[in-house]
Amino acid sequence: MSEPLPQPEKSATPLGTGLPSPWAALAIAILLAAYPLVMNALGQTFYIGLGSRVLILALAASALNLALGYGGMVSLGHAAFLGAGAYTAAILAGLGMNQAWVVLPSAFAAAAVLAGLTGAISLRTRGVYFIMITLAFAQLFYYLAVSLPSLGGDDGLPLTERSKLPGLRLENDLSFYYFVLGTAALVFFLLYRLVSSRFGRALVATRENERRMAAIGYPVFRIKLLAYTLSGGIAGLAGGLLANLSMGVTPHTLTWHQSGILLVMTILGGSGYFWGGLTGAAIFLVLEETISAYTEHWNLALGLLLLFIVLAAPNGVMSFTGFRRGEKA
Amino acid sequence: MTVLLRTEHLTKRFGGLVVTNDCDLEVTAGEIHALIGPNGAGKTTLLAQLSGELPSDGGRIAFRNRDITHEPVHHRVAAGIARSFQITTLFSRLTVRENLELAVQARTGHSFDLFRPVAREPELEQGAAEMAERVGLLEVFDRVVGTLSHGRQRTLELGLALACQPRLLLLDEPTAGTDPEESLRMGDLIQSLKGDHAVILVEHDMDAIFRLADRVSVLVAGQIVATGTPDDIRANPEVIRAYLGDGVED
Amino acid sequence: MLPLILEQTLNGLQYGLMLFLLAAGLTLVFGIMDLINLAHGSLYMIGAFIAAALFQQFQNFYLAVVLSILLTALLGALLERVLYRRLQTMSHLSQVLATFALILVANESIKIAFGGQPLSIELPASLSGTVNLMGEDLQYPLYRLLIIAVGLAVAIGLYVLVNKTRMGMWLRAGTSDRVMAATMGIRIQPLFTFIFALGAGLCALAGALLGPLLAVSVGMGEAILIPAFEVIVIGGIGSMRGALVGALLVGMIDSLGRLAMTGLLKSFAVSGAATLGATLASMLVSLLMVAVLFFRPSGLFPARD
Repeated sequence: MSEPLPQPEKSATPLGTGLPSPWAALAIAILLAAYPLVMNALGQTFYIGLGSRVLILALAASALNLALGYGGMVSLGHAAFLGAGAYTAAILAGLGMNQAWVVLPSAFAAAAVLAGLTGAISLRTRGVYFIMITLAFAQLFYYLAVSLPSLGGDDGLPLTERSKLPGLRLENDLSFYYFVLGTAALVFFLLYRLVSSRFGRALVATRENERRMAAIGYPVFRIKLLAYTLSGGIAGLAGGLLANLSMGVTPHTLTWHQSGILLVMTILGGSGYFWGGLTGAAIFLVLEETISAYTEHWNLALGLLLLFIVLAAPNGVMSFTGFRRGEKA
Repeated sequence: MTVLLRTEHLTKRFGGLVVTNDCDLEVTAGEIHALIGPNGAGKTTLLAQLSGELPSDGGRIAFRNRDITHEPVHHRVAAGIARSFQITTLFSRLTVRENLELAVQARTGHSFDLFRPVAREPELEQGAAEMAERVGLLEVFDRVVGTLSHGRQRTLELGLALACQPRLLLLDEPTAGTDPEESLRMGDLIQSLKGDHAVILVEHDMDAIFRLADRVSVLVAGQIVATGTPDDIRANPEVIRAYLGDGVED
Repeated sequence: MLPLILEQTLNGLQYGLMLFLLAAGLTLVFGIMDLINLAHGSLYMIGAFIAAALFQQFQNFYLAVVLSILLTALLGALLERVLYRRLQTMSHLSQVLATFALILVANESIKIAFGGQPLSIELPASLSGTVNLMGEDLQYPLYRLLIIAVGLAVAIGLYVLVNKTRMGMWLRAGTSDRVMAATMGIRIQPLFTFIFALGAGLCALAGALLGPLLAVSVGMGEAILIPAFEVIVIGGIGSMRGALVGALLVGMIDSLGRLAMTGLLKSFAVSGAATLGATLASMLVSLLMVAVLFFRPSGLFPARD
């Protein structure tokens, strides 16, 4: 080599798009940690519950973002994994198991297994067929939940009490918020390590050109399946937390409408951007809260906003922070 | 000479159409083996079967005396078969560096090492830079591939395949669409592979073939009708009738 | 037992043919324009609401049906002009999002226009009788037989349109190779507008015909959208024949499967056997779609080779 090669700080190509700066992470962490204290001081304790909801759905949307934004897998069935986690938490609670360190890993595991099994079949299809088969699987589990009396049918399953941590009472909204925040921080840290690892690179490169990835020796099917499985697991974890937040689970969590909402959040925030899921969930829920205060027709506003986003900013609001990526991810 | 790759009765059908028909081919280590034939003879299909992209309907493929007929693509790459594409198939939104680093990463493994950051791995960077230098792309190392000239993209096609450190390279019309000067440079590059890598070269430029190839096989309707040195092939009356026909000008 | 099976077979045929009315438009749009239209079910809902509103205005069932078909077809053509034409060049993901948004807009607009209450359409007296089948064993509603007849007539009409007319030749050319069709000089944009109007009109026909049998309510579009998608995936995207076979298959599985499952569950003395049987039948359809995608990824009647 004739001269030393300058190494760009952060790649400006799609390999770097999904990698956040540590400063952003720090700022977001401080903001989220301070949020409930501020709300408490303002006497707006209602918004602490909303904050927990944002964090939980941010996890779910980030899970989808891993599959969709990083892996290019357009899943219209992630509600199934969210629901699998939620039902797992509710079933365990019904059996008298309330320890968070058992419940949440179980929710993750149940959803990951489900994602692994369905993904092994779904990932053999391409394009619209993949969208359709993920939708079909999710419908399957929806029908299952509705029809099985042991899952509570249309009424779902209630949670008699929230999960516990040794020495911590999560019945309190504030302590529950911090519990959710701690869990989310752990997941985001691991996600960050994941997307910046060799595996993360391989996943994004597979999204960019699957055929070439196979030709230079990558087991693309296994890469996608692993990402899909982890994505399902994280969505399941979010589901476990959601059941705790809502004190129960209903089949509504499993509807394709819910899958659509997760897609909307991910795109709203910016698919393929690290904070896309968090941004999207926050924007979505805050908008819902604000607009619903004025009109019962929040869905009309959402629909129009979404149409505008698709036609005007197909890569979500995060795309305004950096350069525009090409369409057709 | 040791036989590197051998196909026996290899067959591929699309519906009722037999594209590869009972094809027997032998490639020895280190040789440049040109594969010629009229349009539609099934050259690209045969390459896809050898690389593992298309499953075969019959026959077998042996590579280094091992049956790889049913191995997936990535196992074949690991065993030492890499290919380039006739239609440029690159990570066009990534830089040359990133393209080559991905190929180096595939070779050096750890792609399922989930939680270790990769941003500065000297191993990847060094491997990529070496390959860029070898194929002459170092000056555009940090350029986004989609912005490069067609000739340079064709060179990167070859570079990516080469970065897999294969024993056998399958090159599908490496000079397709390049200008004469670029073609010559590509020819030199292929020439430099001789001895270290075996090459199956699909090419339409007869001059290039007769200049580069150690041996030539003629594929007609999915079957090898003749194999020999370029001089043999030029002189083979059956080949002239079946394929070259009035294409031989001088 | 036999009358029950015949009744469920006829119900399955009726449901299948109504599914076909939706699937026909969906598969054309999907196959020719390569566009996922999740809002197809909304056109069905809108058609039903228009019919119900017109019926309440004029108390004339036939007028309501015909006008609702025309108005919904017009709406379909309009949507193609202002929205779908732009979506066509976008990624499938963008199409999913935009048409999902359209569902939300359609549902809320209907709620604003008609309130949240379901509407109903009454049948004219001449259609509300029953017909004796199998001697006196089965009294089957005349109106349901009429729906079957209309469904079959439309199926035949579409068959003729696709296979015997110049328009049909364009449609088939467009499905198998869009670029080729364009170079053949087929003016593709008016064709798309026509397809959308046709699809929307068929949706309205199904919605208006089913109006007297169901409550016309917000959300009815989503309830039928999933089975309609399952139909076209099973049949093969873009294939009219596939849509018909798929629709009849799904209709039969739904009704006969429900009968069989309910019977099976009753024999095991499971409580709530009827609702459980119905959802199990729905699961069977989803399972069938998964199986088709796994073993025959381009459906039972692939439109492209």
